[in-house]
Amino acid sequence: MHSSNLKRVALRLRRTGAQAVPTVIAVVVLNFALLQLVPGDAADVLAGESGSATAETMAMMRHHFGLDLTLWQQLLAYLKHLSHFSLGFSPRFNTPVMTLIMARLPNTLILMVSALVFAIVAGIIIGVAMATWAGKWPDRVLSFLALVLYSMPGFWLALMAIVLFSVKLGWLPSGGDMTLGVNLNGWDWFVDRASHAVLPALALASFFVAIYARLTRVAMLEVQRQDYVRTAQAKGLHPLFVTVRHVLRNALLPITTVAGMHLGNLLGGAAVIETVFSWPGLGRLALEAVQGRDYNVLLGVLLLSSMLVIVANVLVDLLHAWLDPRIALR
Amino acid sequence: MSSNHSPFDSPLEHADSAPVQPGANRLLRDAAVKHERSSWRSQFTTLWLGRFGRFGRFGRGPSDVSPEHSEARRWPALKALARNPSVVSGAALLLALLLIALFASRLFPGDPLDIVGQPLLAPGQDPQYWLGTDSLGRDVLAELAHGSRASLAIGVTAALIGVVIGTLVGALAGYFGGWVDDILMRVTELFQTTPSFLFVIVIVSIGHPSMTVISLAIGVTSWPTITRLVRAEFRSLVQSDFVMAARSLGFGHARIIWREILPNALPPIIVTTSVMVATAILMESALSFLGMGDPNVVSWGSMIGDGREMLRTAWYLTALPGGALVLTVLALNLLGDGLNDALNPRLAERS
Repeated sequence: MHSSNLKRVALRLRRTGAQAVPTVIAVVVLNFALLQLVPGDAADVLAGESGSATAETMAMMRHHFGLDLTLWQQLLAYLKHLSHFSLGFSPRFNTPVMTLIMARLPNTLILMVSALVFAIVAGIIIGVAMATWAGKWPDRVLSFLALVLYSMPGFWLALMAIVLFSVKLGWLPSGGDMTLGVNLNGWDWFVDRASHAVLPALALASFFVAIYARLTRVAMLEVQRQDYVRTAQAKGLHPLFVTVRHVLRNALLPITTVAGMHLGNLLGGAAVIETVFSWPGLGRLALEAVQGRDYNVLLGVLLLSSMLVIVANVLVDLLHAWLDPRIALR
Repeated sequence: MSSNHSPFDSPLEHADSAPVQPGANRLLRDAAVKHERSSWRSQFTTLWLGRFGRFGRFGRGPSDVSPEHSEARRWPALKALARNPSVVSGAALLLALLLIALFASRLFPGDPLDIVGQPLLAPGQDPQYWLGTDSLGRDVLAELAHGSRASLAIGVTAALIGVVIGTLVGALAGYFGGWVDDILMRVTELFQTTPSFLFVIVIVSIGHPSMTVISLAIGVTSWPTITRLVRAEFRSLVQSDFVMAARSLGFGHARIIWREILPNALPPIIVTTSVMVATAILMESALSFLGMGDPNVVSWGSMIGDGREMLRTAWYLTALPGGALVLTVLALNLLGDGLNDALNPRLAERS
């Protein structure tokens, strides 16, 4: 049983891996094209930074950065740098772009993963409740609340949550990722970090809670009409058991697919939420780069987050192959 | 934040992602779905295209067998719409908003960005400014009314750009199939993997923050949803009898795509468009909240951004424009949701 599972996953990995390669190449080329569209080049930026530059030093700098090469040679150079995991140098932060991004990535991942987990768990619970009472008042009330949540900009909800929980009640901090100036260890450190993450994660999750709740509801209603559910009910199984083991389990597959598809949106949302809470993550870095007109950093973030989405989608695909034996047949 | 993916679709309609159900049960269900979908499609088409949809060149669906039959089908669709509370409340809210946007300069003449009074008046404090003034002494109510224009204008143009690109790409991919489909779907996938909000930020910062660039940026990043939908519709419709009939009459590809298949694929496109307008409005608000919006135009997002500075003392400066945003987006989602429910009997029977 287990070895066949592994075989299926391995087969799937080969196929989705092969499908991901052209997308990766296309993402790289798109990023290169966007870099070319940027007004001015690195030499202009550096000249602007230093305040003055002669035509000769500009030419020298262009030669130094390889800006006097043809477009093809520049693309090749870009690819070569990428193969060494180099995304260029940031004149604004005076650091390699990759170092900058890697320093911010864990913070964004913490935020995204906790938001995604919360959104999926809360969404499924609400969705199951809506499907159980489909058409009755709990379903109607919850459906309307989900729709309101779906219509609410996350950053506004975040600000309102700050007003309530930080300003009025004083329960949670309103920004940052840890209390500055104190040295905490062990449990205290964890509590401090967690209390800083609660509001950003919930605000980021709000929109997705609504999506997963709606999806779970529709998927459960779809599965409930299947024959095997009627069989399970006819066997006299407890309704709760039928709901969890027979209905929910099968309704989960479309939800995991959509969760993978939403990762890019989650990253985009994180950019705004991180700004609201001054959370030092990738999205915040992207906006600092916009303000500093530092396009190497901005496009580095875009490239890396696209890669993150591709990897996540491959993982979701593998998860499906593991969960659903029928997928290998396709 | 925002998503291009409508959560209200049945997972079944994403044929790519839905798990395959085994056995004859699946065939039966598919047949039922197909039948029900084609009937809601024809209802919707007749609803939007009127008489043309019934007798003209459009809508040669299986339900158009006899005139009385389709007459009977036309009115339930309209009635279902009028009886659906989501559609009615969504449409009413939108209509009110449209009126406010149209008459904003009549109701509140002058530039809403002008300083008119004492700064930071709370709502109700001065009868001349119902909702008070902001930190610079601008009339909040006037700003809100004028802000509806930016939101609606960008929402509608961005969604239209997205729908046009998406429909074109999806129609070509679904109609021709083969290598055309392969290439177009690769491009679609590329735009789907790139996080759309970050992509919008990059485009706006490379260009410049004007209403046109912002609408274009949001439109250019939001089309993949509609592409997948249109492609799926075209793939199933291209095999239907009326397309074969059109082919045998010697119609060209352009005519078959534009005048035969597209009208029949319209209903789901229209439903998705309302969700796309909502998404575009949310994106624009996030963009102008971050200070990347058009600096010459009042927008609810930039009002929230300005109000944020005063969050501790004057939280209503943030709450009010946000409330306006929620109402607008909610109206659009209610409308989209209701259209889907009212005209899709497969969903309606269960809710």
